[in-house]
Amino acid sequence: MTRILHGEVYDPINGINGELRDIFIRDGRIVAEDPDGPTIDVSGMVVMPGGVDMHAHIAGPKVNIARKMRPEDHRRQVYPRTPFTRSGVGSSVPSTFTTGYRYAAMGYTTAFDAAVPPLAARHAHEEFNDTPEIDKGFFALMGNNEFAMQRIAAGEHERLRDFAGWLLQATKGYAIKLVNPGGVELWKFHNNVHTLDDEVTGFGVTPRQIIRSMADVALELKLPHPVHIHCNNLGIAGNWETTLETMKTLEDRRGHITHIQFHSYGGTPGGLFHSKVVEMAEYVNTHPNLSVDVGQVMFGDTTSMTGDGPLGYLLYQITGRKWVNVDVETEEGCGIVPIEYKDKSYIHTTQWAIGLEWFLMVQDPWRIALTTDHPNGASFMAYPRIIRLLMDREFRRECMRTVHQKALVKTTLPDLDREYSLYEIAIITRAGPAKLLGLKNKGHLGVGADADVTIYARDDDLEKMFSSPRYVLKDGQILVEDGQIRQEVFGRTFYVNPTFDPGIEADIRKHFENYYTVCFENYPVQLEHYLPNPAAVSCGT
Amino acid sequence: MPERKLIMITGRSICQGTGISNGKDLEEYVSATMTLELNPLDLERFGLQEGASVRVKTVFGEATVICRSEKLPEGLAFMAFGPTVNRLVGGETYASGMPDTKGFEIELEQLD
Amino acid sequence: MYQVENAICAFCGCVCDDIIVTVEDDRITQARNACLIGKAWFLGHGQPQDLPVVRIGGQAASLEDGIDEAARLLVQARYPIIYGLSSTSCEAQRQAVALADMLRANIDCCTSVCHGPSGMALQGIGEPTCTLGEVKNRADLIVYWGSNPAESHPRHMTRYAVTAKGMFIPNGRKGRTIVLVDVRPTPSSRAADILITPRPGKDFELLWALRGLVMGQKIEASALEGSGVSLEQLSDLAGRMKACRFGVLFIGQGLTQTRGKHMNTAAAFLLVRDINRFTKFALIPMRGHGNVTGVDSVMAWQTGYPFGINFGLGYPRFNPGEFTMVDMLSRGEADVALVVASDPVASLPGVARKRLEEIPIIALDTHESETSRMAYISFTTATAGINVDGTVYRMDNIPLHMRKILPSTFPSDQEVLSRILTRVQEFKQ
Repeated sequence: MTRILHGEVYDPINGINGELRDIFIRDGRIVAEDPDGPTIDVSGMVVMPGGVDMHAHIAGPKVNIARKMRPEDHRRQVYPRTPFTRSGVGSSVPSTFTTGYRYAAMGYTTAFDAAVPPLAARHAHEEFNDTPEIDKGFFALMGNNEFAMQRIAAGEHERLRDFAGWLLQATKGYAIKLVNPGGVELWKFHNNVHTLDDEVTGFGVTPRQIIRSMADVALELKLPHPVHIHCNNLGIAGNWETTLETMKTLEDRRGHITHIQFHSYGGTPGGLFHSKVVEMAEYVNTHPNLSVDVGQVMFGDTTSMTGDGPLGYLLYQITGRKWVNVDVETEEGCGIVPIEYKDKSYIHTTQWAIGLEWFLMVQDPWRIALTTDHPNGASFMAYPRIIRLLMDREFRRECMRTVHQKALVKTTLPDLDREYSLYEIAIITRAGPAKLLGLKNKGHLGVGADADVTIYARDDDLEKMFSSPRYVLKDGQILVEDGQIRQEVFGRTFYVNPTFDPGIEADIRKHFENYYTVCFENYPVQLEHYLPNPAAVSCGT
Repeated sequence: MPERKLIMITGRSICQGTGISNGKDLEEYVSATMTLELNPLDLERFGLQEGASVRVKTVFGEATVICRSEKLPEGLAFMAFGPTVNRLVGGETYASGMPDTKGFEIELEQLD
Repeated sequence: MYQVENAICAFCGCVCDDIIVTVEDDRITQARNACLIGKAWFLGHGQPQDLPVVRIGGQAASLEDGIDEAARLLVQARYPIIYGLSSTSCEAQRQAVALADMLRANIDCCTSVCHGPSGMALQGIGEPTCTLGEVKNRADLIVYWGSNPAESHPRHMTRYAVTAKGMFIPNGRKGRTIVLVDVRPTPSSRAADILITPRPGKDFELLWALRGLVMGQKIEASALEGSGVSLEQLSDLAGRMKACRFGVLFIGQGLTQTRGKHMNTAAAFLLVRDINRFTKFALIPMRGHGNVTGVDSVMAWQTGYPFGINFGLGYPRFNPGEFTMVDMLSRGEADVALVVASDPVASLPGVARKRLEEIPIIALDTHESETSRMAYISFTTATAGINVDGTVYRMDNIPLHMRKILPSTFPSDQEVLSRILTRVQEFKQ
């Protein structure tokens, strides 16, 4: 039982825009008025639901091999043990305990890993179980799954749907993720796709078919989140057309285009690229079936890690830095390369500006989420700085003076005066992502919501304000006070339970015998063992 | 009598592997980890018999082993991982964490 | 009598998961599909151990007393080291790291004497790699360098690599060229199309020259003098590596444990990285013992580093040569050793063993060993994967769930470590 009194509440899902309201919590949930219980007086402070990060890379084999690969990055930021917290490390690829604490310390209480290969789903769950404070879930990679592609090629849509349902159940994942659909399969023999209609050699499908089929599957399975797409040609000059084509392929189907900043480049491959956000934002603005998250780039050293294997190799070729590639049998792949974004670089400045253009040009804040594709564009710890860039036009102008000027003026950023309000920030960092993910009890403070509450002391320096909340509550428990962790808890793992025809299993089993090196029976994740705090989200309604 | 020096390689073997599970006190493991394999020409050159008991020495220690002729290049010896051969291995890792468990020099002394 | 299908063998890095285990009269009597070593593991661990659950100073004691005494020893230690962890579940490994963190101890695992050098190469270069199914499905050229899979990973060649039939290699063995590079002939040699026999200690030079050849550099024959390998052999190999469709280099302890260590692995990693300019090539370290890949993974996600970790300053620090077991013991640094699922008294060099003779050891093991005999406190524990559920990682980082096959009266490593952790916490308060 807790009462949070006199705060200035921003709860966009319930239409509350800065009203002075009291919040009442009992048994981990928001309840209506309650006269009793310990009180926290938050007069003068801003109260929001706990933050929801809908796309980050925080758990699983890709993240872990990146940790192994970057001892030098760990040494930059160390976190000694405290009475409440395990020790840890990490700037761009923090250790798991640190990941949870850092999110919580910043006021985020839910985060999703964007890309887990199903064969290693168990690994992601193990890491989640060592990631404290936050509620979490992950998206299961399917865009290069050989069994899926075979079904699409054969025109067996129902069986594809059953397979996807089976796969989500087997992995205890949350959503269908496509990464460079078709391209990662071809990368296994050093090729790639370049257009949506290139054939995935050996499988008789195209990226377009994969995208459309999977979008339908996500809708038919009634998943809480639509198909989540990392488009083909990430990072390549001219890729805006691929992205636009992908959006058009969806027609009026719901779909989420992720880290869209990396997919908004005009120009020709091999050359300098320029921003195409004007054209693309226009499309997004006029197509309410689409949502995006930005994937904002921020200057500094970070680690690129992606399920897009060939992209990883390209980044290695460009930067010459160390490179990990992992091809996962019959399923997916990944590439990892450290990367430094420099404010004096033409390309990096363009990327930085493009991300901000996206934020400032999409009119409906409910359909654009704040992400950095952690850690690809920057660490999630950069979110407060991004918030300041969006809310404080003067600060934005100050930052603009330090970047590559020629690149900057080729974008529309200098002309964009818009400033985000606290209400809009609450949307793009909590309310919107919660809705997009279909998490009914997250991202708001209405009765029945999980009592995840973040309370910020007002500060003219908005970055400071959002970096160090005065209080963070999770399920009604105070986890953080004054930016310090006061308690360690372990949150839920969200997953979906779509229905599917179990008849598909006979075919899947055959596929395992032929092409996998693990047995079909040993593949599914054991719920009781790997999800100590499971939270099934229903499919349907 | 020529110098009885060889380059030692240590590694896994089937019987050393099964012996770990069956019991390190049992004959299978003890025999597997106390056997020194060397080229028959080296055996002959050193005046040793198959099955002879030999003392092996390095600067780090010594151990008693049984000789067995095997297909190995001349000048090389092999022993399976185990407590016997570890007497011969030093603790210097050259800041790698890994001691020299392969490619170190040994000297043989015949025992009667 | 009952059977358990799809059981998982956790002896070597192959982690075969198709074993059919037969249990009769409370013991495992059969392990079909397992190799000789796997069979021995199932049968050896699938029978009751006639040992007390705890011995303190050689005398049988209760579990509670053992935990109490172990916790007391660890809390009083100035420089405790936790070591081993390769033959146990990830669930237990996680407890061990938690304990090290709480004690501000040192923690190292068998990786440091196995594929630590591969981990170090990863840190410097990265790693182009794949899972074993990619080898089965695609690899038309396989090179084993410094590895004797027939004796270290007996089913590797049939299950994953040499004879396995896959999507793009439907003819299995016939669709592949197998190259074996080793300083001596082994039972693995007969599987090879091409045998290359370097002299010991020449791997770095050969890998470096091979890389040069791959990159089109002129290498003088004289550069290979004394290596045991001719320029023709190496050039031929370079040509094959560039011309294949999907090549895989399996590296073994023949690289990690010989002169050069992490320089050898670095050379191998760079070679494979550079061949990727021409064709698809991957590298997989032949991780050996049990769940050593699991402990790397657990350490990395919990601390950021894979082995050789010290918490003395309150946060994880990594330094091979400083915080690795052999070095710490050789320098006489540790004053208490907690050894889990490992036998360092038998398996480490003499000078390290000597230190272990001088300090109190707390040992957790399923069987009697030299370490458990020498230990001041010895716990007999249940075997993960036979008596207890748990997670194990295959050499290519794929995690599998081992199910309990047979009950045991002994506690699991996870339980013992978790209880020691709780007791330590109580002592510290």
